[in-house]
Amino acid sequence: MQKSIRICHLYPELMNLYGDRGNVIAFSRRAEWMGIRPEVTAVSLSESHDFTKYDLLFIGGGQDKEQKLICIDFQQVKGKAIADAILSGVVTLAVCGGYQLLGKYYRTGQGDEVLPGIGVLDAWTVAGNKRLIGNVVIESTLGGETRTIVGFENHSGKTYLGESVTPLGRVRRGFGNNGEDGYEGCVYKNCVGTYLHGSLLPKNPWLTDYLIQTALVRKYGDFSLVPLDDTIEDLAHRAAISRAAQRPGL
Amino acid sequence: MSPSALLALWVAKALARLARLRGTGGSTFPGRVALRIEPRLLAYLSAQHMRGNITISGTNGKTTTAKMIADIFVAAGWRPAHNRTGANLIYGIASEFAQRANLFGRMQTDVGLAEVDEATMPLAVKELAPGVALVTNFFRDQLDRFGELETTVSLVRKGLEQMASGSTVVLNADDPLAASLGESSRLRNVFYGIEDRSMGMEGRAQVADIKRCPHCGAEYEYSGVFYAHLGRYRCPSCGYKRPEPQVKLLTYRSEGARGSFCSVSTPEGTIDFSLKLPGVYNAYNALGAVACASTLGVPLDTIRDALSRFTSSFGRMELVPVGTKQAFIALVKNPTGFNEVIRTLLEGEEEKNIVIAINDRYADGTDVSWLWDVDFERLASRQQKIRFVITSGIRAEDMAVRLKYAGLSLGLLSIEKDVKKALDRALGYTPDGGLLYILPTYTAMLEVRDALHRMGHARQFWEV
Repeated sequence: MQKSIRICHLYPELMNLYGDRGNVIAFSRRAEWMGIRPEVTAVSLSESHDFTKYDLLFIGGGQDKEQKLICIDFQQVKGKAIADAILSGVVTLAVCGGYQLLGKYYRTGQGDEVLPGIGVLDAWTVAGNKRLIGNVVIESTLGGETRTIVGFENHSGKTYLGESVTPLGRVRRGFGNNGEDGYEGCVYKNCVGTYLHGSLLPKNPWLTDYLIQTALVRKYGDFSLVPLDDTIEDLAHRAAISRAAQRPGL
Repeated sequence: MSPSALLALWVAKALARLARLRGTGGSTFPGRVALRIEPRLLAYLSAQHMRGNITISGTNGKTTTAKMIADIFVAAGWRPAHNRTGANLIYGIASEFAQRANLFGRMQTDVGLAEVDEATMPLAVKELAPGVALVTNFFRDQLDRFGELETTVSLVRKGLEQMASGSTVVLNADDPLAASLGESSRLRNVFYGIEDRSMGMEGRAQVADIKRCPHCGAEYEYSGVFYAHLGRYRCPSCGYKRPEPQVKLLTYRSEGARGSFCSVSTPEGTIDFSLKLPGVYNAYNALGAVACASTLGVPLDTIRDALSRFTSSFGRMELVPVGTKQAFIALVKNPTGFNEVIRTLLEGEEEKNIVIAINDRYADGTDVSWLWDVDFERLASRQQKIRFVITSGIRAEDMAVRLKYAGLSLGLLSIEKDVKKALDRALGYTPDGGLLYILPTYTAMLEVRDALHRMGHARQFWEV
């Protein structure tokens, strides 16, 4: 029986600001190339669900208006179910707006309006007055290995992490969560939150495979992935590191 | 003119002459220096235009629509000052207008026609005092510069609010955000849109930039979708809907890459013409041009003749002879535009030779994530028609990864970052009499034009 991986793409038409669907494409393609059948389900507003039946959850970034709608949907419909899934160890990737909404709250710049998050991540976000934007390189340790992760950030929200979560990595180039503490992203159980677009996963096959492997080990017990030829991805990864080292706009 | 304005003018002209001699084609630096010397230079120059000034803004189609209007004006015997190279920030407009004044500061042109970047609208409207402003559409584009689509729209709105009462705003009725700019009763609104009842695919737009009412946030219902989020829309919650256009595309018949047949009705009458540019998006550009020109009183016959003769400008999309072969250069800047280019490219049975050059400088958009919203899967699904794809530019490797994940066979794919070397190789692989598709982002397109020029083909851009 062919092995499969069930991927849930949350709010694909609302939270897809910077090509974040590339992450779902990366999960699906790599799984296919490894002989694993991907099953992608889109879940949108007002649909309640049991998210523990998925192997991977993905939620991307969106504009402020869309994020408000999702915030309401989380509060009224899905938030607890998603939190339950993450707490039970479902592998999750949340980018930008999705990352912010998994935290405790987002304090906007307008009159201290506070948008509540799901609160499953011990993190909170405050609107800053400058845009943190540009190519990013971070150093991350996952599964005992330390590697670089590359991407592009574009956010005015500044996210701060509490005690019970760890950062995704240390910033070598770029701003990271808040431009102050030198860290980017957040890891909690099997949930990764990050500000990195790019899309994130295509140029970081190590991270993609780590997430796929974690999901499949949970599902099938001991499981090793078929190694793929990542020549082109690695070229792009190294080119992104050089590009991040240069001044922007050239 | 004041001494400082004259000095600013002379400096701008001298710098432009120097750039031409050195072959660097600087189209914004002269204006930048001039405006430092005399910030109101542009206002002094544009005030001299007897026929007034016009601004063209919006996400897609500015350059093509502006060039169409320029050709229409010339056909009508008018003399436009027009930033034809597409340098659409305030410096580019100032540079262009400075070139059209004589040494005494007298404009040799009688109408100003400025393509204006959306964020520049407030300043441009203040300096140019246009009697007519055209807004084509709003798409998510280069968000790393503007941050949010809403900010872009509000900047254009801020510009329009500075127009004198009774001025005219020409707006695309089929684009909900562009149409929403027509809510001021202080200004005269002229709407244009598609009224061909045979058009309008049902169903959601594929690239969903805006599908919600800007007033109440409810999702639009569409009784017809023409292109991306453009169509016949209505908000079921507050009743806001697409305004009735005065300038209507009654009939649109596509002839593939060769262009389309259009029949357009205006309050002054109806004209038919064959447009040499393909796609619904170019029909919209023509519609905007008809709306603008007819509102200014240009006779319909003149408009029709000019549009029938119109060919594409400055490498945004053009066919260039290259020795025994041809190059089809189509600028790509956002998912919707790229999807249209892919659709055009896939028409026709011959094998496709393709170069895709992606840069990430400021003018290209520094975040290349948008490539993941382009439907390259569609291109890959017809790869039996593709001879090769070479990816080039600063982000050549990103483009190659995108194509790999879209399903393109690696045997068809190669990477050559240097644009000139990529073109050399691509032209080598293209058979005699064959067509090479070159799809660059903005600064890569400048490199492509430059490379083709050095090979002895295609004039330098400012000669166009």
